[in-house]
Amino acid sequence: MMPAQKVFLSGNEAVAAGVRLARPHVIAAYPITPQTTVIERLAEMVEDESLKAEYLHVESEHSALSACIGASAVGARTFTATSSQGLLYMAECLHYASGGRFPVVMMNANRSLALPWNIYGDQRDSLSLLDCGWIQVYAEDAQESLDLIIQAYAIAEHPDVLTPMMINLDGFVITHTYELVSLPSQEDVDAFLPPFLTTNKMDLDHPMSLAFTAGPAYNQAFKQLQHQAVVSASKIICEVEERFGQRFGRNYPGLLETLYCEDAEFILVTLGSVAGTVRPVVEKLRSLGERVGLVRIRYMRPFPDTEIRNALAGAKAVGVLEKDISFGYEGTVFTNVNSALMRAKVQPPRLLNFVGGLGGKDISAEDIEQLFLRLKRPDDGETVVFI
Amino acid sequence: MVEIRFHGRGGQGAFTAARLLGVAVTLFENRHALAFPSFGPERRGSPVLGFIRIDDRKIADRSSITRCNVVVVLDDTLLDAQVFSGLQAGGLLLVNTACNELPLSIPDHVRTVIVDATALARQYLGRPLANTAMLGALSALSEVVTLQSLLAAVRQEMKGSSAEKNALLLEETYKTLGGQWQ
Repeated sequence: MMPAQKVFLSGNEAVAAGVRLARPHVIAAYPITPQTTVIERLAEMVEDESLKAEYLHVESEHSALSACIGASAVGARTFTATSSQGLLYMAECLHYASGGRFPVVMMNANRSLALPWNIYGDQRDSLSLLDCGWIQVYAEDAQESLDLIIQAYAIAEHPDVLTPMMINLDGFVITHTYELVSLPSQEDVDAFLPPFLTTNKMDLDHPMSLAFTAGPAYNQAFKQLQHQAVVSASKIICEVEERFGQRFGRNYPGLLETLYCEDAEFILVTLGSVAGTVRPVVEKLRSLGERVGLVRIRYMRPFPDTEIRNALAGAKAVGVLEKDISFGYEGTVFTNVNSALMRAKVQPPRLLNFVGGLGGKDISAEDIEQLFLRLKRPDDGETVVFI
Repeated sequence: MVEIRFHGRGGQGAFTAARLLGVAVTLFENRHALAFPSFGPERRGSPVLGFIRIDDRKIADRSSITRCNVVVVLDDTLLDAQVFSGLQAGGLLLVNTACNELPLSIPDHVRTVIVDATALARQYLGRPLANTAMLGALSALSEVVTLQSLLAAVRQEMKGSSAEKNALLLEETYKTLGGQWQ
């Protein structure tokens, strides 16, 4: 391994650094807070030729992703980034990219949705688009963000997967926070991530039909293949992480991460940066003899249902903390966790859904302690609890 | 864990001070830091905050900084009771002002130090930009960071004559505040 460089970067700058190392051919993006500094850095890199890519200035997010789909359809490696309303504006193209099996990689800065208008972080943007056929992963810090960008191309472009991938960073809390990051060498990334080669492209020597119509007789067959591809991504993600760990010395735990779940009675399940606030609280309560634990979901699609069952089945009570609500029911992460537990062969633990952090509302260590206390209290019939 | 809040106005470099301090302690002292601005729109002249958490271990908690050990005020027109918010017992309030007294009643538990960093910045930079000077003062008055690490950070992050002028400003402010040249 070539020596890595230590740098002090924001989450957005770490993403841009990761994109440069992955050598995309085409970048098409439209600026939106809090994503903007990613594409500003990339534009600077293309300008100073430290990144040899075509940077397309487009007039909207809809066009940004459309341009990436078009470029991917001639075999180019592509990158785009967006946030919030911009992601929603891409919505129809998200399905085109996944249905066409174009492995576009996108960074999304998680931000609330209007109205009331707000630029701060929550996860309602990406979670509301869970069904668009993309692989979805949530980072906890800048290092993981950078590493995920490099891994994303290896996962998305794998012939068994060929599915676009969305890397989510909590707006401001990750995107605008500066921290120590280890920057891999270009030589190592080149060795880890060879150039994108695909047969799923427009090619004069091997002409084929792309992005076509399929009527009722065939359409579902394509959707089944798409589903199988995302399911099989679970295995590819673990393989890519293992290869990444061997080369770069940083090991990732697959679709989810557990902390002290082996004997935990009370477990918080969450995703994104707030897991970092839970960690020291779990350590503190453990030192006081409390049997508490943490599950950090990394991938929402493919969903780690077996891993969720294994981690949670022995607990007395589980709280799912998420920055999301599906109005009129419950948080979407909670629905997914609940569904995984329903398939357990044992009586599932008591489940509570903690909804917080909407529109950037702070979640403090004291708040997390209160959530563990709440899990220890007897069932009061409430399921969805706003914190 | 040390937590510091910088108060400034947009354009005075409050967040740049936090970020430079982060570069100094992470890249030149092998520690960890999270540095972040007050999130939201940036407007020149409006009150802004910069924050930093520093620890010997990787820092996981990214919630808002509500308690702090040091408060650095870059602009004395921002002085009001808010600057004491969350400042812990034995905490340091470091104020850039040309006045000899602060227009505030200082709580007993706070140690206050005044420095005319803008005058020093005018002298050494030719501009009233006091953020690096205040880092020099912080280094002289606390164990948060060494002058050497700050100088290395400034030379890495700034270019050409700006780097050298800011390095000189840092050193001179450090000495003015009684820091011992090592």
